[in-house]
Amino acid sequence: MVRKVFLAVAILSGALLLGACAGAQPAADQVEIFSWWTGGGEAAGLEAMLGVFANDFPNVEFINSAVAGGAGTNARAVLASRLQAGDPPDSWQAHAGQEIIGTYVAANQIEPLNSLFDEEGWIDVMPETLIPLISKDGNIYSVPVNIHRANVMWTNPALLAELGVAVPTNWDEFLAACETIEAAGKICLSMGEQWTAMHLMEVVLLGQLGPDGYSALWDGTGDWGSADVTAALETYTQVLQHVNSDASGLTWQDASQLVANGDAAFNIMGDWADGYFSGTTAGGNLGLVPGEGYGWAPPPGTDGTFQFLSDSFTLAKNAPHAQGALDWLKVAGSKAGQEAFNPVKGSICARTDCDKSLFNAYLQTAMADWSTDTVVGSLTHGVTANDTWKNEINTALGLFLTNSDVAAFQAALVSAASTYGN
Amino acid sequence: MKPRRARRLTRPILYLMLVAMAIFYLLPVYVLLITGLKSFAEVDLQRMWDLPSGIHFENFVLAYDKLAPHLWNSLRLVIPAALISSMIGSLNGYVFSKWKFRYSNLIFALLLFGMFIPYQAVIIPLVQFMERLGLRGSITGLVLVHVIYGIAITTLIFRNYYAGVPTEVLEAGRMDGAGFWGLYRYLVFPLSIPAFVVVLIWQFTQAYNDFLFAVVLTGNRTWPVTVALNNLAGSQIVQWNVQMAGALMTALPTLLVYILLGRYFLRGLMAGALKG
Amino acid sequence: MSPPLFLLTAHAARRRRIFSRIRGIPPQVPMSSTLSASGSRSLSAAQSTPHPRRNRDQRIAILVVLPSIIATAIFVYGFIGWTLRVSLSNWTGLMPDYSFAGLRQYIELARDPRFAIDIRNTAIFTVLFLVSCLAIGLFLAILLDQRVRGENVFRSIFLFPMAVSFIVTGVAWRWLMNSATGTRISGLNLLFHQLGLDPLINNWHLTDPPWGIAFIALPAVWQMSGFTMALYLGGLRAISDDLREAARVDGASEFQTYRYILLPLLRPITLSAVIILGHISLKIFDLIVAISQNNIALDVPAVYMWRTTFDGNNYGQGAAIGILMLLTVALLIVPYLFYSMRSQEEM
Repeated sequence: MVRKVFLAVAILSGALLLGACAGAQPAADQVEIFSWWTGGGEAAGLEAMLGVFANDFPNVEFINSAVAGGAGTNARAVLASRLQAGDPPDSWQAHAGQEIIGTYVAANQIEPLNSLFDEEGWIDVMPETLIPLISKDGNIYSVPVNIHRANVMWTNPALLAELGVAVPTNWDEFLAACETIEAAGKICLSMGEQWTAMHLMEVVLLGQLGPDGYSALWDGTGDWGSADVTAALETYTQVLQHVNSDASGLTWQDASQLVANGDAAFNIMGDWADGYFSGTTAGGNLGLVPGEGYGWAPPPGTDGTFQFLSDSFTLAKNAPHAQGALDWLKVAGSKAGQEAFNPVKGSICARTDCDKSLFNAYLQTAMADWSTDTVVGSLTHGVTANDTWKNEINTALGLFLTNSDVAAFQAALVSAASTYGN
Repeated sequence: MKPRRARRLTRPILYLMLVAMAIFYLLPVYVLLITGLKSFAEVDLQRMWDLPSGIHFENFVLAYDKLAPHLWNSLRLVIPAALISSMIGSLNGYVFSKWKFRYSNLIFALLLFGMFIPYQAVIIPLVQFMERLGLRGSITGLVLVHVIYGIAITTLIFRNYYAGVPTEVLEAGRMDGAGFWGLYRYLVFPLSIPAFVVVLIWQFTQAYNDFLFAVVLTGNRTWPVTVALNNLAGSQIVQWNVQMAGALMTALPTLLVYILLGRYFLRGLMAGALKG
Repeated sequence: MSPPLFLLTAHAARRRRIFSRIRGIPPQVPMSSTLSASGSRSLSAAQSTPHPRRNRDQRIAILVVLPSIIATAIFVYGFIGWTLRVSLSNWTGLMPDYSFAGLRQYIELARDPRFAIDIRNTAIFTVLFLVSCLAIGLFLAILLDQRVRGENVFRSIFLFPMAVSFIVTGVAWRWLMNSATGTRISGLNLLFHQLGLDPLINNWHLTDPPWGIAFIALPAVWQMSGFTMALYLGGLRAISDDLREAARVDGASEFQTYRYILLPLLRPITLSAVIILGHISLKIFDLIVAISQNNIALDVPAVYMWRTTFDGNNYGQGAAIGILMLLTVALLIVPYLFYSMRSQEEM
């Protein structure tokens, strides 16, 4: 009996080892892409772009190493451990801006892509204001696939009409409108868990400080301890008082849904919410008609400014399959690839020459704004601050949400900027 | 701190309390089950407790399609890991309880300490080390990791178990000419079945439900079902009905193990006495 | 193959020994006995004169545990050493930077309000989790000890939550502990409302700090109290009937039997349970993330360590938190280890 058990263990372990050996076959033409796009519109968009890739490069096998969870936190952990162990994927998804520059460029993990941009003629096709934000010292480090707008205020037109409230254009008007809305028993501004509070904060900062003042905070020329910032944080505190009380338990979709249901009047969220509002109900969305079931407007004080974020792909240094990675990047930056990806994902192309007719009503307005508005970056989504700085701000914000102490919050922001600033 | 409860055990009250507690334990399962059987339109927080309108098995089918290949990875991981680590635990426990050598108590204590490290702290060096061994991305590497980090608890369980075996028994065997392996094979091992069950169940659960090591040490072809289940969620819209169906399916193997071996689990915990 | 002669004599001797034990002191309960179990007297100490066979067996014994020792040395102590080194460094980027920073990370953590919240939350969570698990586990064990019908079914129901992963538990309980009220009421609040138990409606884990974390102990207790029950039930069952019989003969009531005889015998089990549950609760991670996402009011050290390391690339700070977690657990475990090691030496 004992012998049989030993035998069983030995056989099982042996079979296991054999199985492990058999699996490892390095293919010549393949590319491993790492992302956190595993569900919903993102996965669908990736599939669509993969279709284009399979068309253009039929001989290259595509390995999709996507890991979900926590807005990319698991994926980042896996990526970090792989990079430190010297086993990078060929290319990975990251947010364009300081998230890439402050992390991967600073650690010398990715290659500059200037030659690729020249070959493909992307410099002419992508907006001028975008290129500096994704470069360092003249080197471009990622291929932006899409553009999302962070500063959008979603509204319920029917509710606003019923209450006789006009869309506010500055924060004083906003607070006044809240009085009316709350008197009618509705929520003024719906919000979700902590990251949406950070999202709201950056929009308020932008609205109060204007694009120049806001950008100055990030490039080192502005002062986090200034009176302007204090005033902006005071406004933020006041706005938070008009937010639903159970915010920290809601996802961003739950918060947006409150507006769609007519329980809340306003929701400030990036334009991925448009995919949620107007997408098919079969896919888990609300299936509303843009403009009727829901409306949108620039948040108070931010009209004329486009606070952007962008998903982009990088080229790993010492990528095991560099040619495959370049093939992928060509598709990611191409008109066909971006036109396949963006309508499905619910974002607009980083290129300015995509076919407008492929996009819905909201996205077309976004495309128009993208070419004319002043462009600034989003904090919450990795454009303006490197990861360590953003994480410090997040901690300070979390503490602020528990105690509403503006002075302490501002002091923490000053300290974070000076210690971890770009 | 023990509760002082009057044990006036009239049977009806006893059963009432048991049923009440059973409801508490089954409540989350009920929610998982009925949500898993609903169509997506019905998944609504405000109607959480309502029974589904119809049985929507397609959720389970969908979840199964996405999870099935990884379920196989999980089994390939868990079975060897549980078996190997229980063998190691048994031998270690045998040594530490019956074969003292110099400093063996100290070494045992040092081994035990391994149980208490926070695993998040060791991921980075672990991945690098596994990379150097060429085992990153394979199930074998993950098996090795679970076996190694299971050494502490399995040794503890077996050591305590064997401590209940009177040494006189083994001495008698010694005098009849048995050595280290003979004693183990003919006396100690046959007695160990209850402890093996406890350890197997514990290690099975640990290895099967682990997410952290699985996500950093495997690739998309080799990752176990816990990572696949996490990926079902995606980062935008969560299809709760499919997610919960997937969660239920993932819990099924461990549940089966508990149902089938639960009795022996208890026996293992009780063993040390012979009735009559 | 017929067993060697010594097996037969050994069995007889064993039966004799065990029989005599039943009559007297209750036997040691495995999994619950401390390191200082009496049956761990060494075979090698049995004979006073050196014997070549014994030396050979001694060597085999050492060789058998050697792989475990080496593995632990690398995977536990080696990695702890690495973590310690990083915690004393300036590493705040993606790539390693081992430049020496002294105790800076620790000093900053001491002044860090977020870490203070972590400590507070861990304390509240641990106390509630331990006390509840032990109390409920003991309660259920005593109930099931009464020889009820359908014991197997009840036991399986109480035990199975242990089979589920903390992540799934977190997701299910997040739904149950939904704190919305009014028209959007859901979860247990909704159930209370439908059953007319409105006073029980509350904010669950979104209760104002510091008590929100107390509610997260609930799913944790749900998951692990069955295991505690199994430990206690095993212990109760292992106590021989003769003892209870003797107590009854002496005129003790059921309650008195439990209180004065049976429960004190379960003390070693309580100790074991505290150790195992204690270290789980000090390292709790999956459950918190699954329920609270990024809510700082519900932060615990393991979550802070993860976020600061992988979201913030602040490896130095993350390592310092890790070492502090380790020290806290050590505070719990090392005295216990010392005590049992010393009582071992007395033999």
